[in-house]
Amino acid sequence: MKEKDCYIWLNSIQGVGHKTIEKILNYFGALLPLWTSPNNEIYKIPHLQKHIADKIIEHRDIKFVENYKQKMKKKNVISIIKEEESYPISLRNTYDPPYILNLIGSITKKDQTALAIVGSRRATPYGKNIAYKFAKELVKYGITVVSGMAYGIDSAAHKGALDGGGRTIAVLGCGVDICYPKSNYKLMKDIINNGAIVSEYPLGTQPTPGNFPQRNRIISGLSKAVLVVEAGLKSGSLITVDYALEQGKDVFAVPGNINSNFSKGTNKLIKEGAKPVTCIEDILEEFNISNKISDNNTDIELSDLEKKIFKVIEDKQPIHMDLIGAILHLNPSDINSIITILEIKGIIEQLPGKIIITK
Amino acid sequence: MLSKVVSCVLTGLEGEIVNVETDISNGLPSFTIVGLPDTAVRESKERVKSAIKNSGFNFPIKRITINLAPANTKKEGTHLDLPMAMGILSASDQIDMKYLKEYAFIGELSLNGKLNRVIGVLPLVISFREKGYKKIILPKENMEEASIIEDVEIYALENLFQITSFLQGDLKINPSANKTNTINTNCLSQKVDFNEVSGQETAKRALEIAAAGGHNIILIGPPGSGKTMLARRFPTILPDMTLEESIEVTKIYSIAGLLPSNSSLIKTRPFISPHHTISKVSLIGGGKIPKPGEVSLAHLGVLFLDELPEFQRNVLEVLRQPMEDEVVTISRINATITYPAKFVLVASMNPCPCGYYNDPVKECSCAPHQIKKYLSKISGPLLDRIDMHIEVFPVKYNELTNKTKPKSSLEIKKKVDMARNIQLERFKDSRIRFNSQLPPRLIKKYCKLGKEENSLLEAAFHNLGMSARSYNKILKLSRTIADLDGSANIKVSHLSEAIQYRSLDKKFWAL
Repeated sequence: MKEKDCYIWLNSIQGVGHKTIEKILNYFGALLPLWTSPNNEIYKIPHLQKHIADKIIEHRDIKFVENYKQKMKKKNVISIIKEEESYPISLRNTYDPPYILNLIGSITKKDQTALAIVGSRRATPYGKNIAYKFAKELVKYGITVVSGMAYGIDSAAHKGALDGGGRTIAVLGCGVDICYPKSNYKLMKDIINNGAIVSEYPLGTQPTPGNFPQRNRIISGLSKAVLVVEAGLKSGSLITVDYALEQGKDVFAVPGNINSNFSKGTNKLIKEGAKPVTCIEDILEEFNISNKISDNNTDIELSDLEKKIFKVIEDKQPIHMDLIGAILHLNPSDINSIITILEIKGIIEQLPGKIIITK
Repeated sequence: MLSKVVSCVLTGLEGEIVNVETDISNGLPSFTIVGLPDTAVRESKERVKSAIKNSGFNFPIKRITINLAPANTKKEGTHLDLPMAMGILSASDQIDMKYLKEYAFIGELSLNGKLNRVIGVLPLVISFREKGYKKIILPKENMEEASIIEDVEIYALENLFQITSFLQGDLKINPSANKTNTINTNCLSQKVDFNEVSGQETAKRALEIAAAGGHNIILIGPPGSGKTMLARRFPTILPDMTLEESIEVTKIYSIAGLLPSNSSLIKTRPFISPHHTISKVSLIGGGKIPKPGEVSLAHLGVLFLDELPEFQRNVLEVLRQPMEDEVVTISRINATITYPAKFVLVASMNPCPCGYYNDPVKECSCAPHQIKKYLSKISGPLLDRIDMHIEVFPVKYNELTNKTKPKSSLEIKKKVDMARNIQLERFKDSRIRFNSQLPPRLIKKYCKLGKEENSLLEAAFHNLGMSARSYNKILKLSRTIADLDGSANIKVSHLSEAIQYRSLDKKFWAL
């Protein structure tokens, strides 16, 4: 047994968490003595509850450790402990980082320039669209997108990063071998190939509600700054913001409609001093990256009718498809077909409900 | 003495001639019916007895045996009352056998001898004609229904006494006039019209395409967006039924006993909208001897399923086979019957349980997994059979209503008729009638794309996140759009419009 194996061993015991490891380290100074010392020594560790101590003693079995390590190997899971070189620096520099990270995929040096994009699970098409677009654009500047792989904003951010050909890291509130939500199975696979799935919880941990606030400190810890796209007043992403502020990271928020419940949280953040973000330059500025990639949307060829329709969309967006027809006195059949062509040319985008916006 | 009278029974839409043989002999008085009669036929004993007595004849106090030949098939229906009464009258010498020979009889008797209306007269009369019986006596109330059949003499009479006087030549009655040529299937008396719906131009256009190509369509939108209003107006733009189609539909309604007494023929396309609590059996048909269900009643018309995910999942799944085969075969222990079921499915649904998911204005209060569960109630195979998905959203139209006058149903119908004629001409040598029925192997033949069109389709799949299953549907839809345009080839504009009608395939429906 090496010191690292001890971390893996302790991490794998259900009921032994971050706090327990802290207590043991305070007493022994390292974890290896725990493996070798007699039982009565373990009961002496201050504040360690008896049933936890019992559990540790019960699991002091080399077979148990080997089994668990075998399982990790089978599922391509690797562990990084805080003392190791490969442990993400920005996370290590925070207060109270996890002693051990389990991950599938890889975290590289590139991922030091990371932005967390977080927001509500119950997001509007507006929010998901923005998360996707920002992620897709930002990865082009070498920024890694960190999020939590939940429904809504999180998934949209990961998808955007992947579609933009960049790197992205998902921090889970369950074991890295469990896909939660299940419908993100494909997304999870893509993330593994272009980044990492990270968790401080051992394999097989179920996504219980209590795990999620804890994992938020890793999301903000891995990143240089946190962008909140859409959040209600009670959204879990506000917990991430609290951690980010504690850790001394920047907080950005996307302003929303003041009537929308889905943006009350972000608007409140802006009121409290978060930087409002309306375009990617706002973020690049804080990352000290200059906007080198120029827009070359202008040389797309459009027919007269396409130009006319595009002009109306530009002026009045977001606009309903039928309204464009009414303004230009065109049949729905013409509108339908030109909208498709403009969509394919990539200069407009259709939101649910036949709402059209420019890209 | 022995007598023989001709009648008919139905199994599904098919009729079978029944010889009602009556024997009266000396012995203890009794009245027996053999030949697998069902309850309604067995009960007719009492009706026949009273009707004969109350019409001024004698009911023989002898041993009466009636055999319904062929004796191995189940007989059901009250219309065998009259042939049995005639059998008894002739077997007891109250009317001469020779008068009965040429005629076939159907009718239910009332206790006072009056003839009552029966169901299924249209298919019965058609069966008589096929089997060579040209003179048919039936209840007066069924005259309208029977008079549309050519080449038969229909004598619609009121009571038992009138029948005997007529048969013996005491009473002159002319066969009722044939109405085949006077029927006008062009029915303009629709109660609703598309010009009552302002705005929703895209949705209206989609329904126009659905009507032209016979495409199944689903309307998705929050409550109050006008889904039901649009769907109810859908039949007004469907082409008129031809006479053959009318008869086909009327036959089904006749069997189901749903034909209004004052009308001879169903002239408007059926619009069936069952409530979502409907059971499997009532949807596709069933019973001891299977009766047609809602899908058959919607034959050649529209089946409208409002709030689709509220239907029980197993009920929706039984729709798959009739939608594919256009007939529904129901097997029960007594009979296996095939009813036609060719309909256009119009369905509507909310995008989520609360109704406001993706709504631009109102907020949705559903959790993601609730929405997922709701949407997943509609299975992939069922969705595969629906060509068009349309989103209907309420839009603020204060500014719109003043500017444009909505098209009337008649205007849209003209275009639909034109497109349907093009299709009938194109498919005249095959069983197919509309573009929606094109099987994959024929899609290649009839939906050829040029180079430009192919590259557009490729780009659409690449850029717009369409799913593979929509490929054939887009081709079929563009064929219909091209037909509406009167164009022989599918052009870029047709193809790009068709792509707009596949919104459920697009990315934003994923959570």
